[in-house]
Formats: sequence, C-alpha cells, structure tokens
Amino acid sequence: MEPINQMKLEFVSVPENEGFARVAVSAFAVQLNPTLDVLADIKTAVSEAVTNAIVHGYGERKGTVTVSAALRPDGVLEISVHDRGRGIDDIPRAMQPFFTTQPEKERSGMGFSVMQTFMDDVQVESAPGEGTTVRMKKRLRGN
Amino acid sequence: MEYERRKDTVIARVTGELDHCSAPAVRRELDRLIGDPSVRRLVLDLSGMTFMDSSGIGVILGRYREMRARGGRVAVRSMNPHVEKIFFLSGMNQVIDII
Repeated sequence: MEPINQMKLEFVSVPENEGFARVAVSAFAVQLNPTLDVLADIKTAVSEAVTNAIVHGYGERKGTVTVSAALRPDGVLEISVHDRGRGIDDIPRAMQPFFTTQPEKERSGMGFSVMQTFMDDVQVESAPGEGTTVRMKKRLRGN
Repeated sequence: MEYERRKDTVIARVTGELDHCSAPAVRRELDRLIGDPSVRRLVLDLSGMTFMDSSGIGVILGRYREMRARGGRVAVRSMNPHVEKIFFLSGMNQVIDII
C-alpha cells in the first residue's frame, strides 16, 4: 500500500537519542489526529525498540540507528527501527516477558512485551552479526 | 529530586521522563535516599512523571528488592494512566503497594 507520507531518521546509538526518536515519531503521527493515549503508546513502543537497538544491538560501541515511519491511506502507522548491531540469536526467547541478558543492570526484560501490548502488530527480523529490524503497526483512525 | 522524610518513610517525587537514558541518575538518587538503613518504607510520588518505559520498571523493581532485603516496602502514588498501564503490565502491582 503506497504511503501518504513517510519519514526517516538516522542517529548515533547514544541514550540521549531515545527521547529524540520517540518524540519525532509521535510528532509525525500527530497529522492523523490520534488520541493522547495512542500517542503515548507509540512513544513508549518506539522508546523500547530504540533502547533495544542501543543497549543490545550496539552495546558499548556506537553505531547508527535508523527509524522510519509511514502513514498509510487506511490510517495505519508503520514504524521500523533498524540497527546493524550484533543481532538476536533466539528471537522467540528474547521476546518472552522478563527475559533479559543483563539482569545485573536492572533490565526488566519487558521491552518486547510493552511493544506488543501497545502496538497492533510487532515483527522482528534479526540475524547474529547482521543487526535487527523491528517493524510495528498501529491503527490511528478508521477500521 | 524532591523528597520528604517522615519517621522511617522516605517520600520521593520522581519527575519528568524515566527511560534508559535517565534511569542511572534516578537510581543513584533513590539509592542515596534509602541508603540510611533505618528507612523502612519508600514511597514514590509519580504525579510529576510525564513518561516511563520498561527501564522504569527496572528502576522501581530494583529499589523494591533493596527494600525487601531489609524487611521494608515500596509504594507508589499518583500515577498517570500511561504509567499505570506499564505498572500493571509488568505485574509490579503484585509486590508494590499503590496508595
């Protein structure tokens, strides 16, 4: 489906950009007049995906995180968060609630659960050494 | 971070956004406030919190474990609906009091 509008952001994988990314996507989504609750859901899901890219994708090294968003004519917002980091070995395991590889850093392991709860659809593509792409959809209007 | 001490209780007002970026500073400040072993109860006033993601769950559960280890408790108050949604999703309501 041809989008009616789209955007793409690229930024360095530093924590300060988590807030930037979620606010930017939220501002992009505003053009379809979603409710404040829906905007909060989008901000949270983007924050989780970008944090995963920074923390788990790149870890101690810096890389580029790419966030794309597209508004479809049927009122669905599509978001993609991509990194070229270390990738995920076992995606189903990584998506289990409370699963974390960094419990000593007080990671909750709830990132994917939050994305799945707050968005209508979440798909993860990843391969070890090749990075990860998280694709999410949220209906902003219509049925 | 604003806080208030009442006998064995510390009431801390966590404001702004709590994400992976801000979590280390919030964690350090809360740990400083509960560093006194006579503190038996930590109350987090979230009325000024504008955003929280799962990094906030880690911060709150981390303080819960710290307080539980000394026989203490953690409570939260004045969550906005968004923060409340994260709170219940994580199951924190099963171990942390809502007042």
